[in-house]
Amino acid sequence: EKEELPPELQQYKGVWVFIEQVQNEVAPVSWELLGEGKKIANDLDIELSGIVLGFDAHDIAHEAISYGAEKVYLIDDPVVKNYRTRPYTEALVKLVNKYKPEIILLGATTLGRDLAGAVATELETGLTADCTILEVDHATRHLQQTRPAFGGNIMATILCKKHRPQMATVRPRVMEMPKQDRSKSGEVIEEEVHFDENNIKTEVLKIIEETKKAIYLDKADIIVAGGRGVGDKEGFELIKELADVLGGTVGASRAAVDAGWIPVEHQVGQTGTTVRPKLYIAAGISGAIQHLVGMERSDTIVAINNDSDASIFDVATYGIKGDLFEVLPPLIEEFKKELAVNS
Amino acid sequence: MHSVVCVKQVPDTSEVSIDPETNTIIREGVPSIINPYDLHGVEAALQLKDKYGGKVTILTMGPPQAETAIKRALSFGADKGILLSDRAFAGSDTLATSYIIAQAIKKIIEEEGVDLIFCGKQAIDGDTAQVGPGIAKRLDLNQLTYVIELDDVNLDKEELRISRKLESGKEVVKAQMPALLTVVKDLNEIRYASLPDMIKGAKAEIEMWGKSDIKLDESKIGLSGSPTQVGRIFPPPQREGGEMISEDGEEPTESAKILVEKLVGIEVIPNK
Ligand SMILES: Cc1cc2nc3c(=O)[nH]c(=O)nc-3n(C[C@H](O)[C@H](O)[C@H](O)COP(=O)(O)OP(=O)(O)OC[C@H]3O[C@@H](n4cnc5c(N)ncnc54)[C@H](O)[C@@H]3O)c2cc1C
Ligand SMILES: Cc1cc2nc3c(=O)[nH]c(=O)nc-3n(C[C@H](O)[C@H](O)[C@H](O)COP(=O)(O)OP(=O)(O)OC[C@H]3O[C@@H](n4cnc5c(N)ncnc54)[C@H](O)[C@@H]3O)c2cc1C
Repeated sequence: EKEELPPELQQYKGVWVFIEQVQNEVAPVSWELLGEGKKIANDLDIELSGIVLGFDAHDIAHEAISYGAEKVYLIDDPVVKNYRTRPYTEALVKLVNKYKPEIILLGATTLGRDLAGAVATELETGLTADCTILEVDHATRHLQQTRPAFGGNIMATILCKKHRPQMATVRPRVMEMPKQDRSKSGEVIEEEVHFDENNIKTEVLKIIEETKKAIYLDKADIIVAGGRGVGDKEGFELIKELADVLGGTVGASRAAVDAGWIPVEHQVGQTGTTVRPKLYIAAGISGAIQHLVGMERSDTIVAINNDSDASIFDVATYGIKGDLFEVLPPLIEEFKKELAVNS
Repeated sequence: MHSVVCVKQVPDTSEVSIDPETNTIIREGVPSIINPYDLHGVEAALQLKDKYGGKVTILTMGPPQAETAIKRALSFGADKGILLSDRAFAGSDTLATSYIIAQAIKKIIEEEGVDLIFCGKQAIDGDTAQVGPGIAKRLDLNQLTYVIELDDVNLDKEELRISRKLESGKEVVKAQMPALLTVVKDLNEIRYASLPDMIKGAKAEIEMWGKSDIKLDESKIGLSGSPTQVGRIFPPPQREGGEMISEDGEEPTESAKILVEKLVGIEVIPNK
């Protein structure tokens, strides 16, 4: 069924990706979205642009080009140095009304979700949250936005047929990171917004980086995760030892976190961190849906569990049925041997 | 000090699944609960009332049976409950939902003033985290999402200082009141309901507001007023299980050897 867009909405063209920076450090999901945005732009035969708001942010604009943006709209102003909802919303809405993009993608981060909700409301358009699959319907040019809901128990495909732009936030670590190519060229278009600080009414007093939090589960290539089967705090030492040998990071199920064996920063899953490492080793984790949604996109999954019916085996590339206290020590020894030979 | 807390009644999502025949969500027999994050909004509002006096109003949009959620919130000590319920509201997406709720709050503001509005970080069913920002934008209020600490509320200066939980840590923000806050679970511990409050809650009269009770542009509500539509619902794709190296738990040393060989083979483990 082909539904005609009203003529004034047919002028909306182009895919935009909001490039998220905090203290001039770009959230990797922004680059992932440039990769995904490129595919959509090619499919629809339209242009891919990045949107950068920040201060002293020219480098970021050029980096966006190296990740595939053909154009970058840049607002370089001390008022938008730190994220605040009002000036960011004002700026993005202004750009949208001026250039009329067909699609806008943002990371489903705390910042991206905060901003997207405000912008979509001001524009009175549809916003799909936390997408994991984006596809184009060629006949209608609609973006089919698929997302998990009900705690990952269902997937839903959302459409925004009669409004433009179509807006979506996209979960980090789901789309593939594109290759950076510094030889690419593109255009940086500087825009100005005359912000009125009196109208902003919020002030960021300080940003506290939590060192404890700096375990960057979402950036880890190798994760060794333990669950309730690990039994106690001491049991986690075995998990840590294997992680150390592999140069990996320790992950955990919520059951292990709730038991107090490991801090919450290590929790993988729906209410923890979504991860996509090359290798995920799950020991003593049953594989509840809320855990699986956070790790099932790992390249290779190894499950060690003494219950052959545990659902973690349904997603594991390699499964070992066994007592983790009997399997992990020889595994640590084997890895040590292997890595010693090779270094 | 008048706080309005937006509370959503949700199905307990750990018990929701998809009917494989019809590809619709099975809701029958699934218990309804208050969205867990919203309870922390209720608690935050009650703590402010304990400290500064004033009033806490609970606002819910949903079918008539969502009254149960309001009563539960009242049993913790909130003062008044309003249920926004009308057939015309059904099928609202986040844009339409936040419009209806914002128009209701406008009416409350006109009648008695509001200092703070609380929402949960997100609802566990829709999972969008978009309704809070939508309400704030419509009311032109400061929006402070993912609030993990309420550091200071200064009623004289109409200013508050809060901490927001970010991926990399925390951010301390000063903002003008009135404001809308969306809260995370770590903000506070939920109190137990006292017996008198529980009785009061169960007996409370809940105000019902339909579409004619608030100023609404009918083209902006319900299914037809919603820019997004749910096209298709399906179970999450299952990742294919792979190879069992050990089926019976025998010979852990042998299993360990085989696993390491396999991982080196596919170059997961650096083979320098
Ligand atoms: C709204 C909501 C959000 C949630 N969010 C998350 C989330 O983000 N992350 C998360 O992980 N969970 C989350 N959960 C909890 C989730 O439902 C499960 O309860 C949790 O993941 C279970 O953790 P587990 O697998 O470690 O424990 P269990 O399910 O108890 O599994 C323990 C496993 O260890 C095995 N085992 C025991 N002893 C041994 C041994 N000696 N050797 C080998 N195997 C052994 C057992 O066979 C069992 O399979 C959430 C739940 C809800 C309702
Ligand atoms: C499978 C599925 C997918 C969906 N995906 C989208 C989508 O991507 N985009 C979209 O616009 N809509 C979507 N919807 C519609 C959306 O779920 C509804 O509009 C819902 O009423 C509000 O969204 P939420 O549950 O995500 O709330 P959230 O925005 O996550 O809720 C945040 C907070 O707002 C308050 N709140 C929310 N709803 C109410 C209420 N009814 N009464 C009182 N307070 C409330 C609560 O304090 C809550 O904690 C989807 C619906 C389904 C069934």
